[in-house]
Order: sequence, then structure tokens, then C-alpha cells
Amino acid sequence: MPDVVFTYDGTFKGFLTCVFTAFEQKVNPLEILPAGADQQHLFCDTNEILSEELKALRVLKGLKAKVSSNGMTRIRWSFLSEAEGIEMELYNMIKYIFSSKEKVDLDYSHPSVLYITKVAKQVGREKHRMEAFVRFRLTKDDIYFAIIEPDFNVLPIIIKHFKSRYADQKWLIYDLKRKIGAYFDLNNVEYVSMELPEDIGISGGNLEYFDPGEIYFQKLWKEYFDSTNIKNRVNMRLHVQHVPKRYWKYLSEKSPFT
Amino acid sequence: MDFDRIKEKLNILADAAKYDVSCSSSGSKRKNNTKGLGDSSGMGICHSYTQDGRCVSLLKILLTNHCIFDCAYCVTRKSNDIKKAAFKVQEVVDLTISFYRRNYIEGLFLSSGIFKSPDHTMERLIQVAKKLRNEENFNGYIHLKSIPGASDELMREAGLYADRLSVNIEIPTKSGLKLLAPDKKHEDFMKPMEKVKNEIIQYKQESKLIKSTPKYAPAGQSTQMIVGATGESDRDIMYSSAFFYKNYNMKRVYYSGYVPVSNDPRLPALGSQVPMLRENRLYQTDWLMRFYGFDIRELLNDENQHLDMEIDPKLSWALRNRQLFPMDINRIDKQSLLRIPGIGLKSANKIVQARKYRKLNWEHLQKIGIAINRAKYFITCDAREKELKDISSDHLKQVILKNSVSKFRSDLSPQLNLF
Repeated sequence: MPDVVFTYDGTFKGFLTCVFTAFEQKVNPLEILPAGADQQHLFCDTNEILSEELKALRVLKGLKAKVSSNGMTRIRWSFLSEAEGIEMELYNMIKYIFSSKEKVDLDYSHPSVLYITKVAKQVGREKHRMEAFVRFRLTKDDIYFAIIEPDFNVLPIIIKHFKSRYADQKWLIYDLKRKIGAYFDLNNVEYVSMELPEDIGISGGNLEYFDPGEIYFQKLWKEYFDSTNIKNRVNMRLHVQHVPKRYWKYLSEKSPFT
Repeated sequence: MDFDRIKEKLNILADAAKYDVSCSSSGSKRKNNTKGLGDSSGMGICHSYTQDGRCVSLLKILLTNHCIFDCAYCVTRKSNDIKKAAFKVQEVVDLTISFYRRNYIEGLFLSSGIFKSPDHTMERLIQVAKKLRNEENFNGYIHLKSIPGASDELMREAGLYADRLSVNIEIPTKSGLKLLAPDKKHEDFMKPMEKVKNEIIQYKQESKLIKSTPKYAPAGQSTQMIVGATGESDRDIMYSSAFFYKNYNMKRVYYSGYVPVSNDPRLPALGSQVPMLRENRLYQTDWLMRFYGFDIRELLNDENQHLDMEIDPKLSWALRNRQLFPMDINRIDKQSLLRIPGIGLKSANKIVQARKYRKLNWEHLQKIGIAINRAKYFITCDAREKELKDISSDHLKQVILKNSVSKFRSDLSPQLNLF
């Protein structure tokens, strides 16, 4: 059997189709890569796998029977990490799951299971941070708009939180890194892709785009943030531990605008 | 909205409210079923952190800092010559909603100086909460302060709109209260607490029978004590605390290291250090009492009126009770596991799970994540090597201190250098 590398479209569905194909053709891929990624192995066949709904669903169904619901979440979340090589780790874990009689998604002595658990935890943390650090700004056309650039692709898993919380306002959360946003129109959430003007910024209230009152609320919030600090107790180490510096740019209370 | 005026008020009234420690926004079960604004059914979220490392999850403000009382420890006291301000009810409502919609906060924590009378003040606080719930269809978190001396009827109403209610007892002893807040009576604090407690019990019982019973303060009651303002001992503080947990079903008691706000001779002078380490040790004791099955009398008693600042209260207890150790990690029940220094709730659970499959040795325990450097002197496991046991508790304490790093080490160094 020749060595083979699978490439796929980068979606979870596509990845599951790869898993299906590997089992069906009884091949062990050397690598599973999203299209466009650099291939390490020069002298082997590349097999381009096209996403197929039915195949993906069959893998998913099989998994659900052999994995706890927490285990399923970990598999999904770790995939969103977009970490290099995450596909092979997941593939190895899934192979292990299907080859065992009992549920093994808690067997941390298996290296892939342990790795996936760790990555899923990191993704979970990023999810929680985004739920905390998203700062909406009210646009002229009455949409609460926020920009994020998360380390991992957490947009799909934060939608539910914002949907149940902000059910009576239109909002748009845009992931600048992945150039995709989630827009809620008071009824449904849909994914949108668009070009954002350069000068829209992460905070601030450029009057060309934002409601005239917007900038004042950012100022009020900063005023509140500064007033609520107790100077006798300053502990910058703890502060930075809670709000890592790479997130400061989202937070209007941490940015020096006037 | 006059932004400049609001900004000034916010400056004054947030500054005055910041000594209230509680910022919890979890524990309520208020779902957004009506397509309204906000949902507080999940866990709390900290949206930011101040430079002192405290979480910001609620808009924490006073309605006003005018006050008819003159409590020496309080920055809002009548005799304090600072700028005074007052929010209108609608202003607080608008501010809360605007901040919430922008995902700055989880909700509102509203307290107030007492103007005119306790009832008059309480009524205003309730008005804000009522407007938020009824007019704005707001399901975010609301924490209202119960004003000492407020009437039962008002306290009953408050709980229908608020998720949490709290009265700050502030001074843990009656004598301390007499000294620093002569115009306040101990009973004034207790009465609203008692009322809220009884209402919570009653509503809970009713909701078992009638599903549509409205929620009453679903996130419970809390209180706060100032630490280090009067000469109270750790024992005094924790005994009061245990009393409140037991008799008033408190969700939380907070301990707040006194931040000097006055040059009153009865109090620590301006510029004295905030007793943060002591505060930390008190919280550790509080946790031992609530989650680790300790009776407060085991940790603090006539012989031990103060907590050891150098080591945590559990280790300190264990060093006083060496006859109970070493314990066999593979045999003892969970309650006993929790009593071993260096083993927390999570590792205790992991140990119980893991030892079903195999006997645990040092390597397993290390991987599970217990603090071996402390625990090893108090346990045996599936291994030959045993740690020294024949040394005195004092000596053992020094050995442990020498082999561990504490983030508080710098605070302690003057004492440690003596040895």
C-alpha cells in the first residue's frame, strides 16, 4: 500500500469524510491537511477528499455511540483550535475509540486522548474569554457590532451564548482573522463575509459608522473602570494574569483613546 | 443624557461603592424566555479586571453618597468632607442597560448611603430594580443592598426583583460596632437578613407546590466584614461568619481588608497597609469550613485565636494534630482525604476515581497534581519510601517552609530573616 496524504476543505465535515475514507479504503494516511497547507512528505500520493454530508454523518453517528457527550464536545472544540497536526491526533483518537469495546474518551494514558483533552481545554478558555471580552459598539444602523481576533476559531461556539443573552438587539460579531462574522437579525444567526473599512477600529466611535452616543458610553465605561480600582491594593501581576496583554486591544477601558 | 454630568456622578459613586467586595454574578437561574434582554442562567462572567486584580462583572455603584449615619470606617460617612452626588432612578436604569447591551457587564450591584430614612432609601433601590425588570424586560443579574432598618414589606418586595440581597455587617463584634458606628444598632442589620432568609425558605416551599411561584432572590444572601479596622481576632471574625452561614443560610461571607479612609484615632492611620495576607488566610478558613468539612472550632479556638500567617490554615491544623497522621491514601474515605494538607477538592475526587483501578504510588499522586511537598509528610501510599515522621511539628513547619515558594514570601520576609 503506497503512503498517502489526505487533503480536505478545512471543515469539520470534510475532516470526518477523511476519517470515513480512511476506514473504507483501509488506508492509514500519513497526514491529513487542510487544502493549501504545506505538505511535509514529498514522495507520496495526495488524495483530495471532497466533503460528503452522508459520510460525515455516519462517522458522527458511530462516534456518538462510543463517546460521552463531553467527549464529543472535546472532539469538536479541539478541531476548532486549527492547531497544526490536530487532524492526525483526532484521527488517532477516533481510531482508538472505534477499536475499543468500552468508552475510552477519558483514558488519559492514551497520548492522543490526553492531547485532545488539553487542546479542547485551551479552546474552552478562549471561548470564555471571548464571551467576556467582546465589546459591542452601536452603529448608525442600529446594529451592535464587535470585532474579535481569537487565537482559535471559537465564533461558532460563542453564538449560542450571545443569542440567548441579546435576543432583542441586532448584533454582529466579526472575526477579523478568519474574515467571517455572525449576524443576528432578531430571529436567526447567519454567517456573513465582508470587507471592513480600515478606519473602523476595534474601539472608538468614528461618526461615519457609529451612533453619536457610542463614544460617550465607551468614555463612561472607562471612567467607571478607573474609579472602581483601589490604588492601595494594586497588583499588576494578578491583573495581567487575568487580562493577558494580547487582549487589551479589544478592551476600550484599556485603550488610551480620548 | 448629559454625559459630562453622568460621568462626574459615575466617578464619585463608583469610587464610593468599590469597597463592597462581592462581584459574584452566578447562582441565579433567570432565563431569557421572553426574547428580552439578558440571561443569567449560566455561570458568571468577569468582563474585566481592575489593576488591583479584582474582577469587574457588575456595574457597582451607589445611588447616592449622602448619608445620615456617621460610621467611622465608611468613606460615605456624614462627617466626611467629600464631593456628594446622587443618581436619579432613570439614570441608573439607562446606564445599566447601555452597559449591558455593549457586553460590558453582567448586571447591576446597587447600594446607597442612607438618605432621609432607611425605608425611603430602600424604596428607591427597589424602584430601580423594578423598572429594569418590568419596563426594560431585563434578565441580567441584580444585586441590591438591604438597607439596615428597612421594613419587612420592602424587603419582601426587593427579593422579587433582585437576584441577590446583602447586608454588610462590616464590624464582626458588637463592641466594635458600638465604637465605630454608634448610631447603628446590631438588630438593624439582623432584621432584614432574617426577613429575607424566611422569605427565601417560604418561596422555595411554595414553588415546590405551585410551579408559577415567582423567583425570590434566587442567588441568595451575602454579607461582608471588614478585617483589621478594630482589634478583633481571627476567631471573632470566623465565629461570626460561621454564625451567619448557619443561622441565615448565607451564600457567601466576604472579608474585606480595611483600606484606611480616615484619620480617625479609633482606626488604623491613613497609609497603613491593607491586611491582604490576613484576608487571604480568612478566605482559606472559610473554604475549609464550607467545602472541606471542618468545624470552625477545630481551626480557631481559645488556644488558637489567630491564624498562622506563614502557612495555610489546613497545614496549621494538621501540624497541631499529628496523632491523626500518616493516613493511607489508598484506604481512607473522601472526608479524610480532604483533611490532608496539599490535597484539594479536585485532587481528592481524582484520587477516589483513580484508586478504583490501581493502588496509587508517589508518581500517580504527582501526576494527579497534589502538592507533594506538603502532603508527603502526612500520607503513606503504595511505595516503600516513607517521609520522616519523627520530627517535631515546629521543625516540620520549617522544613516545609524552606521547600516551598509562597507568593506572599516578600510580605513575610522580615520575620523569616530572623531565623
